[in-house]
Amino acid sequence: MTRLVIITLFVLIQHTGNAQKYFTKSGTISFFSKTDMENIDATSKSAVCVLDAATGKMEWSVLIKGFQFEKALMQEHFNENYMESDKFPKAIFKGSIQNFAKINLGTNGKHKVIVDGDLTIHGVTKKISTSGTLEIKDGKVVTASEFDITIADYGISIPNLVKDNIAKTLKISVSGMLEPLKS
Amino acid sequence: MIFVAEFAKAQEEDLLSMIEEDPVTEYVNASFKTNRVINLHSLESTAPGVLDFKISHRFGYINGGFYDIFGLDGATIRLGLDYGITDRLTIGGGRSSLQKTYDGYIKYKLLRQSTGAVKMPITLAFFGSTAIQTLKWSDPDRENYFTSRLYYTFQCIIGRKFSESFSLQLSPTMVHRNLVKTKLEKNDVFGLGTAARIKLTKRVALNGEYIYILPDQLASPYQNGISIGFDIETGGHVFQLHFTNSASMIEKGFFTENTGDWTKGDIHFGFNVSRVFTVKKQKIAE
Repeated sequence: MTRLVIITLFVLIQHTGNAQKYFTKSGTISFFSKTDMENIDATSKSAVCVLDAATGKMEWSVLIKGFQFEKALMQEHFNENYMESDKFPKAIFKGSIQNFAKINLGTNGKHKVIVDGDLTIHGVTKKISTSGTLEIKDGKVVTASEFDITIADYGISIPNLVKDNIAKTLKISVSGMLEPLKS
Repeated sequence: MIFVAEFAKAQEEDLLSMIEEDPVTEYVNASFKTNRVINLHSLESTAPGVLDFKISHRFGYINGGFYDIFGLDGATIRLGLDYGITDRLTIGGGRSSLQKTYDGYIKYKLLRQSTGAVKMPITLAFFGSTAIQTLKWSDPDRENYFTSRLYYTFQCIIGRKFSESFSLQLSPTMVHRNLVKTKLEKNDVFGLGTAARIKLTKRVALNGEYIYILPDQLASPYQNGISIGFDIETGGHVFQLHFTNSASMIEKGFFTENTGDWTKGDIHFGFNVSRVFTVKKQKIAE
């Protein structure tokens, strides 16, 4: 009986050890729209990311109202007219890193990874797949990725009057330094 | 063991819920499209570093008929600038053709409606303005004082965005006039402005204003101000088109000198056009 308890405990502890999670609350997400008329960019530095080291699952969440623009009026229009941030306060990504099993989190090094999953913006969920880097640095995990999204895919309509000012495809860049989550 | 595995699986399904979110205070924005409802100042301030150039017209009474093209022949104009110094502080000024009047104002938001970490049900702003009327003296032979040209307005703006589509504000106001026409008129005039907005689409809103003056302060034929109009937003511009019985676009005028009677068709068509320029770019906070 005692042996069984010890084994159970051991398995339990080992399980917890494997299920190490990494997180950040200060990830950076920016998007960039480039047209002949004007360039628009906005950044949030308070994105949340959690990575499950046991499975390679990764989730991101960012408050739409947290995106800051250089022009105040653009920020208001972004929230009011395009993203409807009162109705859809967050953009969320839930996915996993494909070749995660090959990565040894114990040793420093930079790895190319493929991430795919579901991206939800403006209440619309689409499957995306993107490449990025994952760097192990003294027990921390530094992630970075860049990808494009098409505005129309997410049910965001751009009125004719400003359609020359806003690109149809936005470049999104995501980065974060994840630290071990102590639970 | 099965239980443990199930537990771990459940955890994996929503990683984000493991992170406690930092409480954020979210200030309610866009209660009104611009910092004016129609004539009244709205509870909105101009964003910091933004210069808002306003061109406003009120045409003649529409009851002038075809002879006056329903008032379009006669127009009064105000050219104005508003500038946001901080999130809370806005200053501005303008010049009205009506009575050749210059005006300057300062508006400060004391409370801002918010949700999240700090919950505040209303927005409260203080507004003060001075107007200088520069018409030639009607009787140059008598002793005239510069101070007779001055008017002061003190106003509280208390408002709330009740929902995405409905905002309401009350503006208790006092206008002080250094010189009044007759002994019967009061120098200090108290009134209450009420304004509401209904958002019809993402870019079009319907606005209404009612300005009530407490009785026995102004001589006949004084009328309370009633205005109704639309805000139409097109990128960098906001067009406000409206019908109002006030010819003046500044407080001392539309609170105390209002004589148009809606029932007789004493209605002005008018517009405010707002064009904003970003003078100082916003810094992205770390």
